[in-house]
Amino acid sequence: MVQIFKDVKIDWLANRRIFIAVSVLLMLAGLGSAIFRQAKHPNGTEAFNLGVDFKGGTVVTVRFKQRPSAEAIRDVLFNAGLKDAIIQPVTDKPDTVLIKIPLEGGGESQAQVDVGRSRVRDALRTFGPEAEHELNSDPNAAYKIEGTDAVGAVAGAQLRNKAIAVTLAALVGILVYIAFRFEWTYGAAAVIAVFHDVLVTLGFFSIFQWEISLTVIAALLTLVGFSVNDTIVVFDRIRENRRLRRRDSLYKITNDSINQTLSRTVITSGLVFLSVLAMVLFGGEVLRGFSLALLIGVAFGTYSSIAIASPIMVWWEQRLEAANRAAATSFARPMSAAVRTPASAPRRDPVSPQTQKRSRGAGRA
Amino acid sequence: MKKKNLLQRSIIIVVVTLVGLYIVIGPRHRPHLRDFTWGGIKGTLADNIHLGLDLKGGSHLVMRVKTDAFLKELTQGNAVAVQNAAKDAGFQPQDVKVETDNGNYRITLTVPDGAKLSDVEEAVKKKVDLSEWSSSTRGNTISWTLTPTAQRTLADQATEQADRIIRSRLDAVGVAEPLVQRHGAQSSHQILVQMPGIQDPERVKQLLKAESKLELAHVVSPPSPSPVQTYNSEEEAKASLGGTAPSNRRILPYQERNEPTAAGQAADETQKQKKWVVIETPAIVDGSELRNASAVQSRAGADEYQITFSLKPAGAEKFGTWTGANINEYMGVVLNDEVKSIAYIKSQIFDSGEISGRFTKQSAEDLALTLRSGALPAPIEYQEERTVGPSLGADSIRSGVRASLVGLLLVVAFMLFYYRGSGVNAVVALLLNMILMLAGLIVFGATLTLPGIAGIILTIGMAVDSNVLIFERIREELRSGKTIPSAVDQGFARAFVTIIDTHVTTIISSLFLFVFGTGPLRGFAVTLVIGLLINLFSAVYVSRTIFMWELSRKRKLESLSI
Repeated sequence: MVQIFKDVKIDWLANRRIFIAVSVLLMLAGLGSAIFRQAKHPNGTEAFNLGVDFKGGTVVTVRFKQRPSAEAIRDVLFNAGLKDAIIQPVTDKPDTVLIKIPLEGGGESQAQVDVGRSRVRDALRTFGPEAEHELNSDPNAAYKIEGTDAVGAVAGAQLRNKAIAVTLAALVGILVYIAFRFEWTYGAAAVIAVFHDVLVTLGFFSIFQWEISLTVIAALLTLVGFSVNDTIVVFDRIRENRRLRRRDSLYKITNDSINQTLSRTVITSGLVFLSVLAMVLFGGEVLRGFSLALLIGVAFGTYSSIAIASPIMVWWEQRLEAANRAAATSFARPMSAAVRTPASAPRRDPVSPQTQKRSRGAGRA
Repeated sequence: MKKKNLLQRSIIIVVVTLVGLYIVIGPRHRPHLRDFTWGGIKGTLADNIHLGLDLKGGSHLVMRVKTDAFLKELTQGNAVAVQNAAKDAGFQPQDVKVETDNGNYRITLTVPDGAKLSDVEEAVKKKVDLSEWSSSTRGNTISWTLTPTAQRTLADQATEQADRIIRSRLDAVGVAEPLVQRHGAQSSHQILVQMPGIQDPERVKQLLKAESKLELAHVVSPPSPSPVQTYNSEEEAKASLGGTAPSNRRILPYQERNEPTAAGQAADETQKQKKWVVIETPAIVDGSELRNASAVQSRAGADEYQITFSLKPAGAEKFGTWTGANINEYMGVVLNDEVKSIAYIKSQIFDSGEISGRFTKQSAEDLALTLRSGALPAPIEYQEERTVGPSLGADSIRSGVRASLVGLLLVVAFMLFYYRGSGVNAVVALLLNMILMLAGLIVFGATLTLPGIAGIILTIGMAVDSNVLIFERIREELRSGKTIPSAVDQGFARAFVTIIDTHVTTIISSLFLFVFGTGPLRGFAVTLVIGLLINLFSAVYVSRTIFMWELSRKRKLESLSI
């Protein structure tokens, strides 16, 4: 039997301060980058490198027979009045460039959405005629416009608001579900962990100025679902162990549960990581932002379900327990552990004595 | 008993697999031999799966109907009608004011005698339909305000009408399989148009956008034989009306010029000096009274075209009455608030006319087409335009398929290495998941987009998660000293709770993506959800059955390859 982890006994919770410090540092780094860029605009950057989907503007994908230098293309566009055009080569297709034209001025610049493509086309005629159909089958043609994305300012703002609303709504949906299946402390801990993943990922996008497009938002939402998965697997085990081992402390149960599910967590995350890596390497330019977001998200999602969600949940539960105990003693009759039972006791699937006995054996092994 | 159960499960699985396979690669026609070659299978697959625009190429346009302009025009029209109604009833209205700012649409009428306001209101009500306007009086004025509810209803109606007109124009110009639907929130008045295969949407964009608002209107001028009264500037025209244009007059530019592009788009502005004329509003007849319009050559052999049109009976009657009563008066053909031509009435005309304006063949044909489909109730503006050429789409398909295959291979290799015999079990479940997922996409008529392919790749990773959960649990149970059958039983039972929880949370976030997302993102959500649902069948039911079959082969199983 090939096994990654054999009988691990790591005290995860003992390191919770370090974990949380690392996470806070990462989030602060991302936040710092966003604030710094927003305030100072080094090299003309902003907090986030928003794509046309959110900022508005036009992106024209052009394939050339003989690709002119970026300067040559920029000059041609400049002469045609497209002064702020950004020329971006496509890494996996040497003959293709993306020409990005920001929205002119403030407000809704209607003309942009309408004419970006034709203005670029007119400018590029300097290099030769555009192909009617296929670039390769047209001997005279010099280039071909392969695709355009043009988004007006209003539509961009709409998409932006929608993206934020959807992400928050999804988090709330998950919170409600976990609160319903577990306890609300579990739900809150899971959602905090996921929110952390989203923030860390966004931080990377700010620091490295990767472009945020609609597909990146899709990746963030997927990441929300995926990261919660990991957390749930751990929480499920904690719930099960708490039922079976009433005498053990939550601290010990949580550590054991993380260790018991560790190989599953690592294998699953590793496999998702592999398939996302395949996407980063072979998925092409269009999916790059999407797959990068997932790659980072999967890594931190796995980390956060162990290092963030569980410590928060334990801390919270312990505080509640302490508060309950204090309340109980003030009512004169100390009940200690029994006080918490109503909340933590099985609600849905009561364990039959037989399975309980059997599983106890499992717990010992 | 157990044997029978196993047989039943196997039959279900085989049937589902075969049906799934047929849905995916089965031809939708009577099968030929060549349908079973590699190329044939690929072709059928491409036919069966509905590809999104980002993969097969095409144009995606989002436009907004400027409903505020529509309401403004409606308010102005009603103001004229209100004033005329008051005048006809003999109340000598002094002034009518129109407010159309900040979402307020209000008509304010001032009459000399404040005591007669309710009589004025009665008189106006008889002539003008103001049922959707709330009225209020103050001093010697009456105001009619369009209620917010009515604004919404009217704006919605305008968008609906624009939607219909866009459909008919797309149909007339021959765009194949266009998709037209409302986009975003109801109140955003957006329309989405998707046109597969259209790489360069310029002409279609102009056609859809063309307001094609045609009016035949009385030009305010001394009658023929004196020449038509024109002004050199808008200010001059205004001055002739005493500083401001009353609500029954409009000042419009008048210019004859080339129309080199489609559907009346502005061309060379400097060609001829721009003049201004004053016309009477409302017009005698408008575009809604058109019966037909077509492009004809102006002179035989010339490269110059004009539009001839004919009117519907009701419009023709109105037009005939007016022309009969106004011999020698000047009449203008107004297109999109610009006077195209002016002529004096020689004799009574009933049902036909022409628009001359030195059109090219293409622009005349496009204009005729848009006139036939009717005028847009309000101007539209484009908010999003996305085009994908076929080779870009093909590239995306290639890289998507390549990434999926690499991801699949990596996952399969790991599962076989790590779980050995049971790894085969998981791989079978995974492949079945892939087949059924494609079948699901086809059955639900979902669109496969590039993010959708990403969803498939992600599902590969997440689908084996269920297997990993189960296998790890079985291993644990085995370590604790259970017999193989009970370890398998327990492994599935325990893992199932977790599997359900993880699936539900992922489905929750995908649902939000589906509800709020558009186009490609919806495709992603759909593949992810279908993949996860099928995963419950493949990773739990199918894997379980394979284990059951393994266990049933020998009476006493000493070891389980896991």
